[in-house]
Amino acid sequence: MGEELDFGFRTVVKFFEIDGQPVGFTTTHMNIWLIMIVLTILAIVVRIKLSSFTEVPTTRFQNIIETLVESLQGMVTGAMGEENKGFAPFYSSMLVFILVSNLMGLIGFRPPTADIATTFALSLTTFIMIQGYAIATNGFVNYLKGFFDPMPVLFPVNLLGELATPISLSFRLFGNLIGGTVIMALVYAALPAYLQVGIPAILHLYFDVFSGVLQSFIFVMLSMTFVSLSLE
Amino acid sequence: MDQITGRDLILACSAIGAGLAMIAGLGPGIGQGYAAGKATEAVGRQPEARGDIVSTMLVGQAVSETTGIYSFLIALILLFVKPLV
Repeated sequence: MGEELDFGFRTVVKFFEIDGQPVGFTTTHMNIWLIMIVLTILAIVVRIKLSSFTEVPTTRFQNIIETLVESLQGMVTGAMGEENKGFAPFYSSMLVFILVSNLMGLIGFRPPTADIATTFALSLTTFIMIQGYAIATNGFVNYLKGFFDPMPVLFPVNLLGELATPISLSFRLFGNLIGGTVIMALVYAALPAYLQVGIPAILHLYFDVFSGVLQSFIFVMLSMTFVSLSLE
Repeated sequence: MDQITGRDLILACSAIGAGLAMIAGLGPGIGQGYAAGKATEAVGRQPEARGDIVSTMLVGQAVSETTGIYSFLIALILLFVKPLV
């Protein structure tokens, strides 16, 4: 066991080694760049077609884009309030990025979110935003005082609570995705070749489509909740 | 039969430990089921608030799932990263 199981990321181009571990351009980087290229091309296409958009949508393409943008904006304003709708572009693109990377397992790529580096980087943006907006709204002195609330003895607990946010956020997404990837790899290793056509499709439906959509929604939803809490 | 080396013993114990770690899956199961049951009650009482209830339930379930995810990660690390060998 172990050799035929294939769920870890692989190094495509190796730069150097640290303690025998290769460091370089991995499949995660490759898939992220692929997603970035696809989404950028989509955005450019929409931007070019924007000039031909009419006030009342006539083409199917405009209908799809308007529904997408409206529902994403509705999600952000619903979670953060009408006054914070400036966050809508940021969280919409975050949601679309995580969604596409979670669904990548369907077409045979390894999801980049099944790598702790990706999810931790994403949750680190949330962490920095939480702390930054908390300082900006309360002032630096009040921000520091918040750590000694309600009793100075509780300072370590408050500090740990702040530091646990990005860790739990990133591990939730990573754990769900790696769980799906590992179980799919185990099923593919266990099934003989002639059974690999139909049966894994049901598991793909749950682990990739259902769990992937749900987890991307939850990651963005929790990020928005944390950031809007620090805005108050 | 070959002698059992120290490495084999550690690997076997790691497998047992991974199985034990997954017992933590009980907690999120009960918690998520409880949340889903309560959400069903709420939808039955107030069917027009269905969308809000469902999204709140999903976010709450995701938070309560965290402990299960941690235990799953520990099991994965014990099985595949093999930190004790």
